[in-house]
Amino acid sequence: MFLQQLVNGLTIGVIYALIALGYTMVYGILKMVNFAHGDIFMFGSFLGLFFMKHLHMPLYLAFLLSAAATSAIGVVIERVAYRPLRTADRIVPLISALGVSTFLVSLAQKLWGTEMHPFPTAFGRGTVTVGSITFSEIQILILVLSFILMLGLHLFVTRTKTGTAMRATSMSLTNAALMGINTNHMISLAFAIGSALAACAGIMVGIYYNAVYPTMGYMAGINAFTAAVLGGIGSIPGAMLGGILLGVVENLGGAYISTQYQSVISFTILIIVLMIRPTGILGKKDINKV
Amino acid sequence: MTENRVLLEINDLCVKYGAIPAVKQVNLRLYQGEIVALIGTNGSGKTTVLRTISGIVRASQGNIRFEGSEITKLEPHRIVQRGISHVPEGRGVFADLTVLENLKMGAYIRKDKAAIRQDIEQMFSLFPRLAERKNQLAGTMSGGEQQMLAIARALMARPKLLLLDEPSMGLAPLIVKEIFRAIRSVNREGVSVLLVEQNTKMALAAANRGYVMETGSIVVQGDAEELKNNAVVKTVYLGMH
Repeated sequence: MFLQQLVNGLTIGVIYALIALGYTMVYGILKMVNFAHGDIFMFGSFLGLFFMKHLHMPLYLAFLLSAAATSAIGVVIERVAYRPLRTADRIVPLISALGVSTFLVSLAQKLWGTEMHPFPTAFGRGTVTVGSITFSEIQILILVLSFILMLGLHLFVTRTKTGTAMRATSMSLTNAALMGINTNHMISLAFAIGSALAACAGIMVGIYYNAVYPTMGYMAGINAFTAAVLGGIGSIPGAMLGGILLGVVENLGGAYISTQYQSVISFTILIIVLMIRPTGILGKKDINKV
Repeated sequence: MTENRVLLEINDLCVKYGAIPAVKQVNLRLYQGEIVALIGTNGSGKTTVLRTISGIVRASQGNIRFEGSEITKLEPHRIVQRGISHVPEGRGVFADLTVLENLKMGAYIRKDKAAIRQDIEQMFSLFPRLAERKNQLAGTMSGGEQQMLAIARALMARPKLLLLDEPSMGLAPLIVKEIFRAIRSVNREGVSVLLVEQNTKMALAAANRGYVMETGSIVVQGDAEELKNNAVVKTVYLGMH
Protein backbone atom coordinates (compact mmCIF):
# COMPACT_ATOMS: atom_id res chain seq x y z
CA MET A 1 0.00 0.00 0.00
CA PHE A 2 2.71 2.50 0.98
CA LEU A 3 4.91 1.72 -2.01
CA GLN A 4 1.94 1.86 -4.32
CA GLN A 5 0.98 5.28 -3.00
CA LEU A 6 4.59 6.38 -3.30
CA VAL A 7 4.61 5.42 -6.97
CA ASN A 8 1.29 7.18 -7.55
CA GLY A 9 2.66 10.24 -5.79
CA LEU A 10 5.86 10.16 -7.82
CA THR A 11 3.83 10.00 -11.01
CA ILE A 12 1.94 13.17 -10.27
CA GLY A 13 5.05 14.67 -8.68
CA VAL A 14 7.16 14.49 -11.82
CA ILE A 15 4.28 16.11 -13.71
CA TYR A 16 4.28 18.98 -11.20
CA ALA A 17 8.03 19.16 -11.60
CA LEU A 18 7.83 19.48 -15.38
CA ILE A 19 5.33 22.32 -15.11
CA ALA A 20 7.17 23.92 -12.19
CA LEU A 21 10.34 24.16 -14.32
CA GLY A 22 8.57 26.62 -16.61
CA TYR A 23 7.62 28.85 -13.69
CA THR A 24 11.06 28.70 -12.19
CA MET A 25 13.07 29.36 -15.38
CA VAL A 26 11.02 32.42 -16.25
CA TYR A 27 11.07 33.68 -12.68
CA GLY A 28 14.80 33.05 -12.50
CA ILE A 29 15.47 35.50 -15.31
CA LEU A 30 12.62 38.01 -15.23
CA LYS A 31 11.61 37.79 -11.54
CA MET A 32 8.08 37.48 -12.82
CA VAL A 33 5.44 34.80 -12.23
CA ASN A 34 4.02 33.75 -15.57
CA PHE A 35 0.43 33.16 -14.46
CA ALA A 36 -0.46 31.95 -17.93
CA HIS A 37 1.88 28.97 -17.63
CA GLY A 38 -0.86 26.58 -16.42
CA ASP A 39 -2.89 27.49 -19.48
CA ILE A 40 0.09 26.92 -21.74
CA PHE A 41 0.14 23.41 -20.24
CA MET A 42 -3.57 23.08 -21.09
CA PHE A 43 -2.93 24.24 -24.66
CA GLY A 44 -0.16 21.66 -25.02
CA SER A 45 -2.59 18.97 -23.96
CA PHE A 46 -5.23 20.11 -26.45
CA LEU A 47 -2.70 20.33 -29.26
CA GLY A 48 -1.53 16.79 -28.54
CA LEU A 49 -5.14 15.67 -28.58
CA PHE A 50 -5.72 17.52 -31.86
CA PHE A 51 -2.72 15.96 -33.57
CA MET A 52 -3.82 12.46 -32.57
CA LYS A 53 -7.55 12.72 -32.99
CA HIS A 54 -7.82 14.82 -36.13
CA LEU A 55 -4.52 14.26 -37.86
CA HIS A 56 -4.23 10.63 -36.69
CA MET A 57 -0.63 10.97 -35.70
CA PRO A 58 1.17 8.47 -33.51
CA LEU A 59 1.67 9.40 -29.88
CA TYR A 60 5.37 10.23 -30.15
CA LEU A 61 4.72 12.61 -33.03
CA ALA A 62 1.93 14.25 -31.04
CA PHE A 63 4.44 14.85 -28.24
CA LEU A 64 7.03 16.33 -30.57
CA LEU A 65 4.69 18.56 -32.55
CA SER A 66 2.74 19.73 -29.53
CA ALA A 67 5.99 20.57 -27.71
CA ALA A 68 7.21 22.53 -30.73
CA ALA A 69 3.93 24.39 -31.27
CA THR A 70 3.48 25.13 -27.57
CA SER A 71 7.00 26.48 -27.21
CA ALA A 72 6.26 28.80 -30.14
CA ILE A 73 3.12 29.95 -28.29
CA GLY A 74 5.19 30.59 -25.16
CA VAL A 75 7.75 32.62 -27.11
CA VAL A 76 5.02 34.68 -28.80
CA ILE A 77 3.30 35.35 -25.46
CA GLU A 78 6.53 36.72 -23.99
CA ARG A 79 7.17 38.81 -27.08
CA VAL A 80 3.68 40.31 -27.23
CA ALA A 81 2.46 40.43 -23.65
CA TYR A 82 5.54 40.69 -21.42
CA ARG A 83 8.50 42.18 -23.29
CA PRO A 84 6.91 45.58 -23.95
CA LEU A 85 6.25 45.82 -20.20
CA ARG A 86 9.69 44.82 -19.03
CA THR A 87 10.69 48.20 -17.66
CA ALA A 88 7.26 48.80 -16.13
CA ASP A 89 6.42 48.29 -12.47
CA ARG A 90 6.49 44.63 -11.41
CA ILE A 91 2.73 44.44 -10.98
CA VAL A 92 2.10 45.36 -14.64
CA PRO A 93 3.40 42.20 -16.37
CA LEU A 94 1.61 40.20 -13.67
CA ILE A 95 -1.72 41.69 -14.71
CA SER A 96 -0.79 41.08 -18.33
CA ALA A 97 -0.12 37.42 -17.46
CA LEU A 98 -3.58 37.10 -15.92
CA GLY A 99 -4.97 38.57 -19.14
CA VAL A 100 -3.07 36.04 -21.24
CA SER A 101 -4.37 33.27 -18.99
CA THR A 102 -7.99 34.35 -19.52
CA PHE A 103 -7.34 34.70 -23.23
CA LEU A 104 -5.93 31.18 -23.56
CA VAL A 105 -8.81 29.60 -21.63
CA SER A 106 -11.40 31.49 -23.69
CA LEU A 107 -9.65 30.59 -26.91
CA ALA A 108 -9.62 26.92 -25.94
CA GLN A 109 -13.32 27.08 -25.09
CA LYS A 110 -14.03 28.70 -28.43
CA LEU A 111 -11.97 26.13 -30.36
CA TRP A 112 -12.85 22.96 -28.50
CA GLY A 113 -15.87 23.69 -26.29
CA THR A 114 -16.07 23.62 -22.51
CA GLU A 115 -16.57 19.88 -22.11
CA MET A 116 -14.03 17.21 -21.18
CA HIS A 117 -12.44 15.31 -24.06
CA PRO A 118 -11.22 11.74 -23.61
CA PHE A 119 -7.76 11.03 -24.96
CA PRO A 120 -8.03 8.77 -28.02
CA THR A 121 -5.23 6.35 -27.31
CA ALA A 122 -5.21 2.71 -26.49
CA PHE A 123 -1.80 3.25 -24.99
CA GLY A 124 -1.39 3.40 -21.27
CA ARG A 125 -4.34 1.34 -20.17
CA GLY A 126 -2.42 -1.88 -19.61
CA THR A 127 -0.61 -2.62 -16.34
CA VAL A 128 2.65 -4.11 -15.18
CA THR A 129 2.97 -5.62 -11.72
CA VAL A 130 6.27 -5.63 -9.87
CA GLY A 131 6.01 -7.31 -6.48
CA SER A 132 3.20 -5.56 -4.65
CA ILE A 133 3.21 -2.50 -6.91
CA THR A 134 1.06 -2.14 -9.98
CA PHE A 135 2.24 0.33 -12.62
CA SER A 136 -0.10 1.35 -15.37
CA GLU A 137 1.62 1.76 -18.71
CA ILE A 138 0.95 5.46 -18.65
CA GLN A 139 2.61 5.71 -15.22
CA ILE A 140 5.70 4.09 -16.66
CA LEU A 141 5.62 6.48 -19.61
CA ILE A 142 5.21 9.46 -17.29
CA LEU A 143 8.04 8.40 -14.98
CA VAL A 144 10.46 7.49 -17.75
CA LEU A 145 9.75 10.40 -20.09
CA SER A 146 9.77 12.97 -17.26
CA PHE A 147 13.03 11.59 -15.99
CA ILE A 148 14.58 11.81 -19.46
CA LEU A 149 13.31 15.37 -19.96
CA MET A 150 14.62 16.53 -16.59
CA LEU A 151 17.97 14.86 -17.10
CA GLY A 152 18.16 16.43 -20.55
CA LEU A 153 17.41 19.87 -19.13
CA HIS A 154 19.96 19.40 -16.38
CA LEU A 155 22.67 18.42 -18.87
CA PHE A 156 21.71 21.33 -21.11
CA VAL A 157 21.98 23.99 -18.41
CA THR A 158 25.14 22.59 -16.80
CA ARG A 159 27.14 21.25 -19.75
CA THR A 160 26.45 23.46 -22.75
CA LYS A 161 27.57 26.99 -23.52
CA THR A 162 24.01 28.17 -24.21
CA GLY A 163 22.73 26.52 -21.03
CA THR A 164 25.47 28.15 -18.97
CA ALA A 165 24.62 31.48 -20.63
CA MET A 166 21.01 30.94 -19.60
CA ARG A 167 22.06 30.41 -15.99
CA ALA A 168 24.31 33.47 -16.18
CA THR A 169 21.38 35.49 -17.49
CA SER A 170 19.26 34.37 -14.55
CA MET A 171 22.00 35.56 -12.17
CA SER A 172 22.15 39.01 -13.77
CA LEU A 173 20.59 40.25 -16.98
CA THR A 174 22.96 43.21 -17.13
CA ASN A 175 26.15 41.28 -16.50
CA ALA A 176 25.09 38.62 -19.01
CA ALA A 177 24.57 41.34 -21.63
CA LEU A 178 28.09 42.61 -20.85
CA MET A 179 29.42 39.18 -21.88
CA GLY A 180 27.89 39.66 -25.30
CA ILE A 181 24.94 37.38 -24.51
CA ASN A 182 21.76 38.41 -26.29
CA THR A 183 19.59 38.28 -23.18
CA ASN A 184 16.35 38.52 -25.15
CA HIS A 185 17.27 35.26 -26.85
CA MET A 186 17.86 33.67 -23.46
CA ILE A 187 14.47 34.86 -22.24
CA SER A 188 12.79 33.46 -25.35
CA LEU A 189 14.67 30.22 -24.83
CA ALA A 190 13.44 29.96 -21.21
CA PHE A 191 9.85 30.42 -22.41
CA ALA A 192 10.36 27.91 -25.24
CA ILE A 193 11.80 25.20 -22.98
CA GLY A 194 9.31 25.81 -20.18
CA SER A 195 6.38 25.67 -22.60
CA ALA A 196 7.64 22.53 -24.33
CA LEU A 197 7.98 20.76 -20.97
CA ALA A 198 4.47 21.92 -20.00
CA ALA A 199 3.11 20.58 -23.29
CA CYS A 200 4.63 17.14 -22.62
CA ALA A 201 3.16 17.24 -19.10
CA GLY A 202 -0.19 18.27 -20.60
CA ILE A 203 -0.35 15.30 -22.93
CA MET A 204 0.67 12.89 -20.17
CA VAL A 205 -1.95 14.29 -17.79
CA GLY A 206 -4.53 14.10 -20.58
CA ILE A 207 -3.82 10.39 -21.02
CA TYR A 208 -3.45 9.70 -17.28
CA TYR A 209 -6.84 11.11 -16.33
CA ASN A 210 -8.29 10.55 -19.80
CA ALA A 211 -9.62 14.10 -19.75
CA VAL A 212 -8.62 17.29 -21.54
CA TYR A 213 -10.59 20.48 -20.84
CA PRO A 214 -10.00 24.26 -21.04
CA THR A 215 -9.74 24.90 -17.29
CA MET A 216 -7.40 21.96 -16.57
CA GLY A 217 -4.45 24.37 -16.31
CA TYR A 218 -5.84 26.12 -13.27
CA MET A 219 -5.24 23.58 -10.50
CA ALA A 220 -2.22 22.09 -12.28
CA GLY A 221 -0.75 25.57 -12.50
CA ILE A 222 -1.37 26.37 -8.84
CA ASN A 223 0.10 23.07 -7.71
CA ALA A 224 3.14 23.40 -9.94
CA PHE A 225 3.70 26.99 -8.84
CA THR A 226 3.48 25.78 -5.24
CA ALA A 227 6.06 23.13 -6.10
CA ALA A 228 8.36 25.76 -7.60
CA VAL A 229 8.09 27.92 -4.47
CA LEU A 230 8.54 24.91 -2.22
CA GLY A 231 11.75 23.93 -4.00
CA GLY A 232 12.96 27.53 -4.17
CA ILE A 233 11.68 29.58 -7.09
CA GLY A 234 14.38 30.36 -9.62
CA SER A 235 16.17 27.09 -8.89
CA ILE A 236 15.94 24.37 -11.55
CA PRO A 237 16.83 21.44 -9.23
CA GLY A 238 14.48 23.08 -6.71
CA ALA A 239 11.53 22.86 -9.10
CA MET A 240 12.27 19.17 -9.72
CA LEU A 241 12.57 18.41 -6.02
CA GLY A 242 9.59 20.57 -5.06
CA GLY A 243 7.34 18.92 -7.65
CA ILE A 244 8.24 15.39 -6.64
CA LEU A 245 7.94 16.21 -2.93
CA LEU A 246 4.58 17.86 -3.38
CA GLY A 247 3.19 14.98 -5.45
CA VAL A 248 4.35 12.37 -2.96
CA VAL A 249 3.15 14.24 0.14
CA GLU A 250 -0.20 15.01 -1.45
CA ASN A 251 -0.71 11.38 -2.38
CA LEU A 252 0.38 9.90 0.91
CA GLY A 253 -1.78 12.45 2.73
CA GLY A 254 -4.70 11.56 0.52
CA ALA A 255 -4.21 7.85 1.11
CA TYR A 256 -3.60 7.88 4.84
CA ILE A 257 -5.63 10.85 6.00
CA SER A 258 -8.28 11.82 3.50
CA THR A 259 -8.41 12.72 -0.16
CA GLN A 260 -10.58 15.65 0.89
CA TYR A 261 -7.59 17.12 2.65
CA GLN A 262 -5.05 16.70 -0.16
CA SER A 263 -4.72 20.39 -0.89
CA VAL A 264 -4.81 21.29 2.79
CA ILE A 265 -1.90 18.95 3.38
CA SER A 266 0.22 20.25 0.52
CA PHE A 267 -0.34 23.89 1.42
CA THR A 268 0.38 23.18 5.10
CA ILE A 269 3.71 21.70 4.03
CA LEU A 270 4.36 24.77 1.90
CA ILE A 271 3.63 27.12 4.80
CA ILE A 272 5.85 25.16 7.19
CA VAL A 273 8.75 25.05 4.72
CA LEU A 274 8.45 28.74 4.00
CA MET A 275 8.40 29.54 7.72
CA ILE A 276 11.65 27.64 8.20
CA ARG A 277 13.24 28.56 4.85
CA PRO A 278 11.57 31.59 3.24
CA THR A 279 13.50 31.05 0.01
CA GLY A 280 12.31 27.45 -0.41
CA ILE A 281 14.32 24.25 0.00
CA LEU A 282 17.06 24.98 -2.57
CA GLY A 283 16.39 28.69 -3.06
CA LYS A 284 19.15 31.20 -2.50
CA LYS A 285 18.96 34.53 -0.84
CA ASP A 286 20.02 37.41 -3.03
CA ILE A 287 23.18 38.34 -1.23
CA ASN A 288 25.66 40.30 -3.27
CA LYS A 289 29.10 40.38 -1.81
CA VAL A 290 30.60 43.83 -2.11
CA MET B 1 52.00 54.04 -27.67
CA THR B 2 50.48 55.27 -30.90
CA GLU B 3 48.85 58.56 -30.10
CA ASN B 4 47.45 59.19 -33.54
CA ARG B 5 44.33 57.05 -33.85
CA VAL B 6 41.18 57.87 -31.91
CA LEU B 7 39.62 54.67 -30.62
CA LEU B 8 36.76 56.05 -28.56
CA GLU B 9 35.12 59.38 -29.04
CA ILE B 10 32.36 60.76 -26.83
CA ASN B 11 30.65 63.89 -28.11
CA ASP B 12 28.35 66.14 -26.04
CA LEU B 13 27.01 63.17 -24.10
CA CYS B 14 24.02 63.76 -21.84
CA VAL B 15 22.35 61.05 -19.76
CA LYS B 16 19.31 61.42 -17.55
CA TYR B 17 17.80 59.15 -14.92
CA GLY B 18 14.18 60.17 -15.22
CA ALA B 19 14.30 63.94 -15.05
CA ILE B 20 17.60 64.06 -13.21
CA PRO B 21 20.66 64.70 -15.36
CA ALA B 22 23.54 62.40 -14.43
CA VAL B 23 25.92 63.28 -17.25
CA LYS B 24 26.02 66.73 -18.85
CA GLN B 25 27.73 67.52 -22.16
CA VAL B 26 30.66 65.20 -21.70
CA ASN B 27 33.36 65.13 -24.36
CA LEU B 28 36.09 62.53 -24.12
CA ARG B 29 38.71 61.03 -26.44
CA LEU B 30 40.66 57.88 -26.00
CA TYR B 31 43.52 57.13 -28.39
CA GLN B 32 44.55 53.64 -29.33
CA GLY B 33 46.86 52.12 -26.75
CA GLU B 34 46.14 54.62 -24.00
CA ILE B 35 45.10 54.24 -20.41
CA VAL B 36 42.73 57.09 -19.65
CA ALA B 37 41.61 57.70 -16.08
CA LEU B 38 38.20 59.14 -15.33
CA ILE B 39 38.28 60.38 -11.79
CA GLY B 40 35.92 62.24 -9.52
CA THR B 41 33.93 61.86 -6.34
CA ASN B 42 31.07 59.50 -5.70
CA GLY B 43 28.02 60.33 -7.79
CA SER B 44 29.87 62.55 -10.24
CA GLY B 45 28.63 60.49 -13.22
CA LYS B 46 31.72 58.39 -13.99
CA THR B 47 29.92 55.06 -13.76
CA THR B 48 27.09 56.38 -15.88
CA VAL B 49 29.55 57.32 -18.63
CA LEU B 50 30.88 53.74 -18.67
CA ARG B 51 27.38 52.26 -18.59
CA THR B 52 26.37 54.43 -21.52
CA ILE B 53 29.40 53.37 -23.54
CA SER B 54 28.49 49.71 -23.08
CA GLY B 55 24.83 50.30 -23.88
CA ILE B 56 23.27 49.49 -20.50
CA VAL B 57 22.13 53.08 -20.11
CA ARG B 58 20.84 55.16 -23.01
CA ALA B 59 22.14 58.59 -23.93
CA SER B 60 19.55 61.33 -24.05
CA GLN B 61 21.80 63.49 -26.23
CA GLY B 62 25.15 63.28 -27.95
CA ASN B 63 26.89 60.29 -29.44
CA ILE B 64 29.59 57.74 -28.84
CA ARG B 65 31.84 56.55 -31.63
CA PHE B 66 34.13 53.55 -31.53
CA GLU B 67 36.74 53.04 -34.27
CA GLY B 68 34.99 55.72 -36.24
CA SER B 69 31.47 54.27 -36.24
CA GLU B 70 28.62 55.24 -33.99
CA ILE B 71 27.66 52.78 -31.24
CA THR B 72 25.30 55.01 -29.26
CA LYS B 73 22.15 53.05 -30.03
CA LEU B 74 23.56 49.54 -30.23
CA GLU B 75 22.40 46.86 -27.80
CA PRO B 76 24.95 45.86 -25.14
CA HIS B 77 25.78 42.49 -26.71
CA ARG B 78 26.51 44.17 -30.05
CA ILE B 79 28.89 46.58 -28.35
CA VAL B 80 30.80 43.65 -26.85
CA GLN B 81 31.08 42.22 -30.36
CA ARG B 82 32.59 45.50 -31.54
CA GLY B 83 35.44 45.03 -29.06
CA ILE B 84 34.49 46.78 -25.83
CA SER B 85 34.48 44.82 -22.56
CA HIS B 86 33.12 46.34 -19.38
CA VAL B 87 34.13 45.27 -15.87
CA PRO B 88 31.21 46.67 -13.91
CA GLU B 89 31.21 48.33 -10.53
CA GLY B 90 31.00 45.65 -7.84
CA ARG B 91 32.69 43.15 -10.21
CA GLY B 92 29.52 41.43 -11.39
CA VAL B 93 30.94 37.91 -11.42
CA PHE B 94 28.38 35.13 -11.81
CA ALA B 95 28.34 33.94 -8.22
CA ASP B 96 26.86 30.49 -8.85
CA LEU B 97 29.15 29.68 -11.77
CA THR B 98 32.66 28.37 -11.27
CA VAL B 99 35.74 30.44 -12.10
CA LEU B 100 36.19 28.44 -15.28
CA GLU B 101 32.54 28.87 -16.30
CA ASN B 102 32.84 32.61 -15.68
CA LEU B 103 35.87 32.76 -17.96
CA LYS B 104 34.05 30.79 -20.63
CA MET B 105 31.14 33.22 -20.42
CA GLY B 106 33.66 35.99 -21.00
CA ALA B 107 34.50 34.29 -24.29
CA TYR B 108 30.81 33.90 -25.18
CA ILE B 109 31.11 35.82 -28.46
CA ARG B 110 34.04 33.71 -29.66
CA LYS B 111 33.96 30.40 -31.49
CA ASP B 112 37.68 29.56 -31.61
CA LYS B 113 37.75 26.83 -28.95
CA ALA B 114 41.46 26.11 -29.05
CA ALA B 115 42.37 29.78 -28.72
CA ILE B 116 39.87 30.17 -25.87
CA ARG B 117 41.63 27.38 -24.00
CA GLN B 118 44.96 29.11 -24.54
CA ASP B 119 43.56 32.41 -23.34
CA ILE B 120 42.23 30.77 -20.19
CA GLU B 121 45.76 29.53 -19.47
CA GLN B 122 47.03 33.03 -20.12
CA MET B 123 44.55 34.45 -17.61
CA PHE B 124 45.78 31.89 -15.10
CA SER B 125 49.32 33.13 -15.57
CA LEU B 126 48.16 36.75 -15.26
CA PHE B 127 46.28 35.91 -12.04
CA PRO B 128 47.72 32.68 -10.61
CA ARG B 129 45.19 32.70 -7.77
CA LEU B 130 42.42 32.03 -10.28
CA ALA B 131 44.16 28.86 -11.45
CA GLU B 132 44.09 27.49 -7.91
CA ARG B 133 40.39 28.19 -7.71
CA LYS B 134 39.22 27.33 -11.19
CA ASN B 135 36.52 24.91 -10.06
CA GLN B 136 35.35 27.01 -7.15
CA LEU B 137 32.08 28.97 -7.32
CA ALA B 138 32.91 32.61 -7.96
CA GLY B 139 30.59 33.81 -5.18
CA THR B 140 32.67 32.01 -2.55
CA MET B 141 35.86 33.92 -3.36
CA SER B 142 37.26 37.03 -1.71
CA GLY B 143 36.60 40.48 -3.14
CA GLY B 144 40.11 40.71 -4.60
CA GLU B 145 39.85 37.34 -6.28
CA GLN B 146 36.46 38.29 -7.68
CA GLN B 147 37.96 41.48 -9.11
CA MET B 148 40.74 39.48 -10.76
CA LEU B 149 38.14 37.13 -12.19
CA ALA B 150 36.02 40.02 -13.45
CA ILE B 151 39.01 41.51 -15.28
CA ALA B 152 40.13 38.15 -16.65
CA ARG B 153 36.59 37.40 -17.78
CA ALA B 154 36.37 40.71 -19.63
CA LEU B 155 39.70 40.02 -21.34
CA MET B 156 38.45 36.65 -22.54
CA ALA B 157 36.42 38.51 -25.17
CA ARG B 158 39.74 39.82 -26.58
CA PRO B 159 38.58 43.42 -26.38
CA LYS B 160 40.24 46.39 -28.00
CA LEU B 161 38.98 48.60 -25.19
CA LEU B 162 38.58 47.62 -21.55
CA LEU B 163 36.24 49.65 -19.36
CA LEU B 164 37.13 49.30 -15.69
CA ASP B 165 34.80 50.60 -13.02
CA GLU B 166 36.49 51.07 -9.63
CA PRO B 167 38.77 48.02 -9.74
CA SER B 168 40.32 49.03 -6.39
CA MET B 169 37.05 49.39 -4.51
CA GLY B 170 37.09 47.77 -1.08
CA LEU B 171 40.35 45.93 -1.66
CA ALA B 172 43.50 45.71 0.45
CA PRO B 173 46.45 47.84 -0.80
CA LEU B 174 48.49 44.79 -1.74
CA ILE B 175 45.69 43.42 -3.92
CA VAL B 176 45.16 46.85 -5.47
CA LYS B 177 48.84 46.87 -6.48
CA GLU B 178 48.51 43.43 -8.02
CA ILE B 179 45.46 44.49 -9.99
CA PHE B 180 47.09 47.67 -11.29
CA ARG B 181 50.16 45.67 -12.29
CA ALA B 182 47.85 43.44 -14.32
CA ILE B 183 46.12 46.43 -15.90
CA ARG B 184 49.46 47.85 -17.03
CA SER B 185 50.56 44.51 -18.38
CA VAL B 186 47.31 44.08 -20.32
CA ASN B 187 47.76 47.58 -21.72
CA ARG B 188 51.29 46.77 -22.86
CA GLU B 189 49.82 43.91 -24.87
CA GLY B 190 47.76 46.45 -26.79
CA VAL B 191 44.46 46.73 -24.94
CA SER B 192 43.32 50.32 -24.41
CA VAL B 193 41.81 51.08 -21.02
CA LEU B 194 39.25 53.56 -19.74
CA LEU B 195 39.62 53.48 -15.99
CA VAL B 196 37.09 54.90 -13.56
CA GLU B 197 38.61 55.30 -10.13
CA GLN B 198 38.21 56.99 -6.78
CA ASN B 199 41.75 56.01 -5.94
CA THR B 200 43.13 59.03 -7.79
CA LYS B 201 46.72 58.37 -6.93
CA MET B 202 46.79 54.86 -8.32
CA ALA B 203 44.73 55.88 -11.33
CA LEU B 204 46.98 58.78 -12.32
CA ALA B 205 50.09 56.71 -11.76
CA ALA B 206 48.86 54.16 -14.27
CA ALA B 207 47.21 56.47 -16.80
CA ASN B 208 48.56 58.48 -19.73
CA ARG B 209 45.82 61.05 -19.50
CA GLY B 210 42.96 61.85 -17.21
CA TYR B 211 39.60 63.56 -16.97
CA VAL B 212 38.08 64.85 -13.74
CA MET B 213 34.30 64.77 -13.37
CA GLU B 214 32.18 66.78 -11.00
CA THR B 215 28.36 66.59 -10.84
CA GLY B 216 28.05 65.18 -14.33
CA SER B 217 30.53 67.43 -16.14
CA ILE B 218 34.19 67.24 -16.98
CA VAL B 219 35.95 70.03 -15.11
CA VAL B 220 39.63 69.32 -15.67
CA GLN B 221 41.50 67.25 -18.21
CA GLY B 222 45.07 66.71 -19.24
CA ASP B 223 48.11 64.48 -19.13
CA ALA B 224 48.34 62.37 -16.01
CA GLU B 225 51.58 64.13 -14.96
CA GLU B 226 49.93 67.48 -15.38
CA LEU B 227 46.88 66.45 -13.38
CA LYS B 228 49.00 65.20 -10.49
CA ASN B 229 50.29 68.74 -10.14
CA ASN B 230 46.97 70.46 -10.79
CA ALA B 231 45.94 72.51 -7.75
CA VAL B 232 42.31 71.34 -7.72
CA VAL B 233 43.20 67.71 -8.19
CA LYS B 234 45.87 67.96 -5.51
CA THR B 235 43.60 69.35 -2.82
CA VAL B 236 40.32 67.64 -3.64
CA TYR B 237 41.41 64.23 -4.91
CA LEU B 238 44.91 63.59 -3.73
CA GLY B 239 44.35 65.07 -0.28
CA MET B 240 47.44 67.28 -0.37
CA HIS B 241 47.56 70.79 0.95
